Amino acid sequence: MKLAEAFKQGKFVITCEVGPPKGVEVEGLIEELQPLQAKVDAFNVTDLQSSVLRVGSMAVCRLLKDKGLEPIMQLTCRDRNRLGLQSDVLSAAVLGIENLLSLTGDHPKLGDHPQAMPVFDLDSVQLLAVVKGLMAGKDMAGNALEGRPPSFCLGAAVSPGSDPLEPQIIKMEKKVAAGAQFFQTQAIYEVDKFADFMKKTKHLNVPVMAGIVFLKSAGMAKFMNANIAGIHVPDEIINELAAAPKEKRVETSLAISARLIKEVKDLCQGVHLMTLGWEKHIPRVLELAGL
Amino acid sequence: MLFTNDKPIEEIIESLGDEKNIFLLACNGCAEACQTGGAEALSGMKAEMEKAGEKVTGTLLVDFLCNKVLVTSRLARQMDEINRADSILVLTCGIGVQAVAKVTDKVVHPAANTVSMGGLQGLWPAEERCEACGDCALDYTGGICPITSCAKSLLNGPCGGAQDKKCEVDPEKDCGWIKIYERLQKIGRLDNLRKLHTARDHSKMLPSSELRKTSFYDVEGEKE
Repeated sequence: MKLAEAFKQGKFVITCEVGPPKGVEVEGLIEELQPLQAKVDAFNVTDLQSSVLRVGSMAVCRLLKDKGLEPIMQLTCRDRNRLGLQSDVLSAAVLGIENLLSLTGDHPKLGDHPQAMPVFDLDSVQLLAVVKGLMAGKDMAGNALEGRPPSFCLGAAVSPGSDPLEPQIIKMEKKVAAGAQFFQTQAIYEVDKFADFMKKTKHLNVPVMAGIVFLKSAGMAKFMNANIAGIHVPDEIINELAAAPKEKRVETSLAISARLIKEVKDLCQGVHLMTLGWEKHIPRVLELAGL
Repeated sequence: MLFTNDKPIEEIIESLGDEKNIFLLACNGCAEACQTGGAEALSGMKAEMEKAGEKVTGTLLVDFLCNKVLVTSRLARQMDEINRADSILVLTCGIGVQAVAKVTDKVVHPAANTVSMGGLQGLWPAEERCEACGDCALDYTGGICPITSCAKSLLNGPCGGAQDKKCEVDPEKDCGWIKIYERLQKIGRLDNLRKLHTARDHSKMLPSSELRKTSFYDVEGEKE
């Protein structure tokens, strides 16, 4: 199912990030995701997240599909030139994948193969336009595809906490013009700022899913504040986590995520959960959030 | 030496938009040798501009436009003419255009595409400012090169990875796209950013056969 359908039905859409393992044993991951089927609309499978070598997104997407879970294939411009990207888009269609998320991708310097040649032949905006072209039956060089063209629901990312914000919004506008049908955001912790962002992008009339990263500890929050662009965890949340007694820490953490979901729920069209290995806690968070 | 090709005159005129008063600035160094700069190219461009209905507020030939100090002192003598212009059309390589953008608040337009370093540099002794992409985008980005100032050479805006305006790859380096954004804001050209920049044509990096014939191999190769 294309994610656009869920938005069209007026659903508050829930997606969850899935990081394939570094190795070929994927059975455990799929098993862990299976019980989420009833609650989560679709699963974003990352494309070598943080430029660290892992199993590819396309293979895991297909495995999820086989188990009845709806995949969103993330596609970055870091590792493939325009030939590789277009070919993978066609391959994804052949495997029955219906949702694509276009990303520029992290630079290889940030990952576990910093010696790698960065490709970036296309950027996230151009990639959307190229897929749109393929969907109209033409490759990037203007050559016709044989037979029926591929069909996808296209997604993109935006970082509402960026400073300055304006160039992010301009780029978001370009992504919409290039074919993006929904957006997932970088992690949101400051709801006021997010509300302001939603106001500034209202004219785009495109579904936005707020990014919710499960905060596991005060240390993790501080690390993200220092190292991850566009994320700022306010002191109150850090203190709340730090003050929780050890046996209550997980529950406190889940309650914080649930509270954020409740706070953003009326501002946007869905949430994108990034659990960092805490997939098993998703049902509890959604329950606390009243979803 | 930096090798440059003329941008098509239609592309230059389109880049000027509705600007009617243009100051022409040409390099007398490497660009002179490629005939994209120098006195002859400058007078040729002046005629082209007038033919297109532009008013040329002044012209200036500077020996090496890649030398910021030299550019600053030479521009100072013709400040009136520059101030009367809506923009400066710069007949030189990518480094020269960036040097001019750096020392003025005027809109700058490149008149050439830089295609090769040709084994020898101009006064600028390195490649970190111009990769000779053969399809100069400095017009669109306010005179700051996105190919060299962005770690990912992005053409449609920042990746979102910058923190405190620094690049995600090198925290010592400013995010090129935030610099471009701030520059475009300063010169009133933020709308440039809204244009979708299509993917690069990497075949443009190849110098033309004319350039290769006249400049490359005749210098380095055997005499026939």
